Amino acid sequence: MTPRDKIFYFLTIHRTGLSVCLLAVVLLAYPTLVANPYLLGISNLIAVYLIAVIGLNLFIGYAGQISLGHAAYLGLGAYGSALLTIHTGLNPWLAMALTALAVGLTSFLVAIPTLRLSGHYLAMATLGFNIVCYTIMMQWNQVTGGPSGLAGIPPLSVAGLPIDDEMRFHYLAWTLAIIVLTLGLNLARSSLGLALAAVAQNETAAASLGIQVVRAKIRIFVLSAVLASLAGSLFAHCYTFINPDSFTIFNSIELVTMVVIGGLGSIWGSLLGASLIILLPEFLHFFETFRDIIHGLIVVTVLILLPQGLVSGLKDLLRVRSLMSKKNAQN
Amino acid sequence: MLKIDGISKHFGGLPALEEVSFNCREGMTTALIGPNGAGKSTLINCIAGSLFPDAGVIHFQNQRIDGLPPHQRPYLGISRTFQNLALFPRLTVLENVLTGLTPEAEQSFVKSLLRLPATRHRERLLRLKAMAMLDNFGLTDKARWPVSILSYGDRKRVEMARALVSGPRLLLLDEPVAGLNSAETARIGAEIRRLHGAGLTILLVEHDMDLVMSVSDHIVVLDGGRLIASGAPEEIRTNPRVIEAYLGRMSVTA
Amino acid sequence: MPTLTDFLQFLFAGLTNGAIYALIALGFCVVHNTMGIVNFTQVDLVSLGGMFLYSALFLFGLPMPLALAGAVAAAALSGMAVERFGIRPSRSGNHLVLIFLTIGLSVILRGIMKLVWGKNRMAVPPLTADEPIRLFGATLLPQILWIFLLTTAAVILLIWIFRHTTLGLCMRGVASNPAAAAVVGIDAGRIRMVSFAIAGAMGGLAGALVTPITTLSYDVGVLLGLKGFAAAILGGFGSFGGAIAGGLLLGLLESLAAAGLSSAYKDVIAFGLLLLVLFIRPQGLFGAGKR
Repeated sequence: MTPRDKIFYFLTIHRTGLSVCLLAVVLLAYPTLVANPYLLGISNLIAVYLIAVIGLNLFIGYAGQISLGHAAYLGLGAYGSALLTIHTGLNPWLAMALTALAVGLTSFLVAIPTLRLSGHYLAMATLGFNIVCYTIMMQWNQVTGGPSGLAGIPPLSVAGLPIDDEMRFHYLAWTLAIIVLTLGLNLARSSLGLALAAVAQNETAAASLGIQVVRAKIRIFVLSAVLASLAGSLFAHCYTFINPDSFTIFNSIELVTMVVIGGLGSIWGSLLGASLIILLPEFLHFFETFRDIIHGLIVVTVLILLPQGLVSGLKDLLRVRSLMSKKNAQN
Repeated sequence: MLKIDGISKHFGGLPALEEVSFNCREGMTTALIGPNGAGKSTLINCIAGSLFPDAGVIHFQNQRIDGLPPHQRPYLGISRTFQNLALFPRLTVLENVLTGLTPEAEQSFVKSLLRLPATRHRERLLRLKAMAMLDNFGLTDKARWPVSILSYGDRKRVEMARALVSGPRLLLLDEPVAGLNSAETARIGAEIRRLHGAGLTILLVEHDMDLVMSVSDHIVVLDGGRLIASGAPEEIRTNPRVIEAYLGRMSVTA
Repeated sequence: MPTLTDFLQFLFAGLTNGAIYALIALGFCVVHNTMGIVNFTQVDLVSLGGMFLYSALFLFGLPMPLALAGAVAAAALSGMAVERFGIRPSRSGNHLVLIFLTIGLSVILRGIMKLVWGKNRMAVPPLTADEPIRLFGATLLPQILWIFLLTTAAVILLIWIFRHTTLGLCMRGVASNPAAAAVVGIDAGRIRMVSFAIAGAMGGLAGALVTPITTLSYDVGVLLGLKGFAAAILGGFGSFGGAIAGGLLLGLLESLAAAGLSSAYKDVIAFGLLLLVLFIRPQGLFGAGKR
């Protein structure tokens, strides 16, 4: 091997780890380059959503299931964290963890009957769950504050430093987002990730190879609910104000479009999808009236041209193309 | 080794299997033949756990398995292929074969999320094992190909590799050469004989009589869900009931 | 203590909503039967029915019967356009992808409605004068009678088409075995387009009939449409009889929940019960078991 080959080999072997490090470095430097709190606020929102989108992508892209109600878990996380800190004065970190635990347990109980359902029935059940949660948030005035929501949620703090401006929240949110991204990439590359991908593509064959299909689905569902809950808690402590409007079925559908556009079963795709959908309205400021149409057109165009989403679809396309050219070269 | 005892299976009142009993002896290749609709695939599915029999008992190495969920059977050493291929189309050849190593793979969610050095080491070993198996089947060059672009013959071989990579004790082959040309069929036949030589117990469902006659030690014949004959290949070849079952159909289709 | 009059009042309200849900549920079922997917643009076809009625009345000044027919026809055409330009270009056979596609199309349709008709709430007049009718002490708007009448007519027409016409036969053929249908020369693309037209007509009629008693806005169809979906699921997705029964049951349930327990939580009760039904019977109340 020449030194050049060695470098190339090193880059190929460690491409995932190096990409994560590169992303981390860029994000570390980002606030010094862009000190504009408005722009930081947007990238912070991407970080918060990314955590939930990665979980949802594991559920849709890997376990091959459909969920049109993940904003409900986002909402449960946000309201759980908010209520615990406002009423009991609990440490926000502890509140976040307790809420995630409770949501994890709830989703486990919900998963057992829900995941017996398939296809359209599962779509309905998850939608229904979201509508139930949203209506309770809207109507249970004494507890949830109804349509006006809850204000005065205490911010998180790290080593006595309150995370109360965009710059600080940038570092906190992206640290957590990169941890989740890394965990997601690890899972996707592991044998277990392979088993999950197998479940999504052919359940009978997966079972015949020793993969516990139902258990795999339940675990991924609980993981995705817990991640959504954590994202919701972060959201609540970041904005110190929440109302039910952030947790409607339309938000669930937005989460799904983030997964779909970025790429089913692609963790990096989740980053792309979340960024695109959150940045889109900023670019479309001038055409406020055309916003939904353009948003929908992008989803539809991506799905028609690359049904697996941008990242997964392009990856497949490039791989097949390069293999085909190799095959032709051999002949 | 595999004892099938009085297995019956009905689909909405229509009997697919009626009181079928036979044994597969250790290290032997047993062929299961019969006209279309005789219940061969139903029986394989009952042994692999994709279907549960309505009545009867199946023992594997003195353990009763007919009620076990399908995912536990590979752990006992039962492995299978599918009649119409059941590969994972968006995974690569190597990844498809790796899924065959599930019983040896890391099951812990937390360890998979953390990707500890020990887990990585274990995965490296599994990868080597899978690559060695691909080498056996002449698929090394195509390890990184998505199976969706492979030829049908290659896909059949990937499925065989996936079934064998875990080192099973009993291999269930459901029409392994259906749709293959004669060269590919010969290749699979040679592979079956090699496995037989290595002492693997095989239950083979197949329509290709040349292949069946050349590889099997024992043949079981089903017709209309019932066992009508069993014995050595020479006996089956001359058994009047078997000839009738096959020729009867032939004269109808002719 | 609710009196008989109150009870009748709630019964009428429940049946009215139920009839609307049933119409929408049938739209979901028709598309499901020919394509095997949930068509989420169904919810917007409901809103479009109301929008077209509004425009026909106030923009073109058409008389009511003509305006209603025009609205239903326009909604049917919209359904066909959705299939032709939105679904057909995708050659994916993956149901998950197709369902997400209809979600994207639904976002586009809502964007278009916002653009054309604006975001404000609008009022649509009822089919005939507003004089309430008294029945056993309960009051009944004439619009409610129209809803019952026209819904029943639409259901009978739909069933007649499916049972007694060649078109219906082809649609049932595609539903039960698409491959075989293609072999005998049925053009699956045309059948899908027809099924979207029927879905559009059903949704459009529901929207045109219900908006005079609610209000009209670009997203009025969303909650109505999702309840129609719930009704279809409740009845075992795909079965016409199940969809009608599911719609009426959901409407009654909701109305009784609003009356007996709490009107604020009627959606919670309706969807909570739906979840419960699904958990006990994963194939819906009237659906066939696993084959």
